[in-house]
Amino acid sequence: MKHLLSAADLSKDQTLQILDTAEQMHEVQHREVKKLPALRGRTIVNLFFEDSTRTRSSFEIAGKWLSADVINVSAKGSSVSKGESLRDTVLTVAAMGVDGLVIRHHASGAPHQVAQWVDAMVVNAGDGMHEHPTQALLDAYSMRQRLGDLDGRHVAIVGDLTHSRVVRSNLILLKTLGAHVTLVAPPTLMPSGIADWAKDEGFDTSYDLDDVLPHVDAAMMLRVQRERMSGGFFPTAREYTVGYGLTRQRLKVLPEHAVICHPGPMNRGLEITADAADEARSLILDQVSAGVAVRMSVLYHLLASSEGAEN
Amino acid sequence: MSRPDSALPSASAPSLAPPSGRVVLSASDISRALRRMAHEVLEHNKGATDLVVLGIPTRGVALAQRLVDALADVEGTDVPVGALDVTMYRDDLRQQPIRTAHATQIPASGIDDKVVVLVDDVLYSGRTVRAALDALGDLGRPRAVRLAVLVDRGHRELPIRADHVGKNLPTAKSERVHVRLREHDQADEVRIVEGESA
Repeated sequence: MKHLLSAADLSKDQTLQILDTAEQMHEVQHREVKKLPALRGRTIVNLFFEDSTRTRSSFEIAGKWLSADVINVSAKGSSVSKGESLRDTVLTVAAMGVDGLVIRHHASGAPHQVAQWVDAMVVNAGDGMHEHPTQALLDAYSMRQRLGDLDGRHVAIVGDLTHSRVVRSNLILLKTLGAHVTLVAPPTLMPSGIADWAKDEGFDTSYDLDDVLPHVDAAMMLRVQRERMSGGFFPTAREYTVGYGLTRQRLKVLPEHAVICHPGPMNRGLEITADAADEARSLILDQVSAGVAVRMSVLYHLLASSEGAEN
Repeated sequence: MSRPDSALPSASAPSLAPPSGRVVLSASDISRALRRMAHEVLEHNKGATDLVVLGIPTRGVALAQRLVDALADVEGTDVPVGALDVTMYRDDLRQQPIRTAHATQIPASGIDDKVVVLVDDVLYSGRTVRAALDALGDLGRPRAVRLAVLVDRGHRELPIRADHVGKNLPTAKSERVHVRLREHDQADEVRIVEGESA
């Protein structure tokens, strides 16, 4: 495995290896000296063509805790804003001798393209509405911490499926790990043609959250991405909450052992109420802290050895 | 996610042991060697005060637990035991395929101002011990660090020596020392296998 562009790049063994290593990396977070020398002498550039505080800082911390030199380049204030093409930007950065590029781009497929232009290792840190493999890994990591093996577990992914890049990576990764997924969304936010795809891929779709919720081991609430919505996908925020929000009433039907996930940032009161976000079953803060550990593990697996991973 | 301090990583490494080669330490030899090492550790430390025993995965962890059991038999006190993974501190990461990290578990009492006894199965080039010393430095500041190994096979590449040795075993570089422990391999024995690259 040279790059991590899609959750589909990972076999089950590789996924488990990354999650297991992340568990050891997580322990570093509780140390006084948060530093491992594994990537000493390696240089990683975080190329962010789209704003993201959470993902960028988590990649930055991950690289630094592994002793890599990490540089952040954001489109704003760089030559990208002067009209330089993606290819030229990437080749310029690569020519400086970097070992790894972590890329976030608003265009789906940009990291795949970049991986063909450079020798450096490329990690997709979110491309358009396409994929976000490290988010899926940290979701799986957080769920695994609480639920154990995800094989045979039932996960509901609820909300704005159309505009989410998290959902595609999660579907692929959860399937790799043997979990069963039900996609729940209002018809306007259910991508067209998904029913046929769902059938082929072996997961379910539903428009009725109340029907699905009592049978899940995990409820993954997606953010309603109002900034990506050009039209009216639902009449009012209130109506969305009534139909698809994780409300106080719905918490009562969620099984006791089930966990609540949200990739953040949350619209409290819209897709998730404060009660649900802050309750003991919520993994939302665990997900943030797992983000660093999982990204450390990914960078370690891609960059620590010049010969690549075992599998 | 926190773990109980006393819990050690489960056996995970595959058994390497082919039935070839010659046995140089039997189960009773290993048991006697550990008992002797326990006595040596206590004698040198003048008791079990401030001792912490840390095993280097994989087989060092099982040996550390056995050493602690032997210390308890002799002295009647429980010495804190843990595991110290050195994967991230190795100097050959770039030359090797990716190594999977094992757990590092430090007893709740910590290692600051303690006498840490590092335990490994075989002492060879000394590079694992060097990595372990680096790893320890990131975890705290022990008063002293001592090294206990079941087998010292020579061929050091760094100025490192063991304080407590189960058996000194002069070997050729072409030979390989296989330590089998019942926690991982269903048997206790040490074999030398000829003609394998080390």
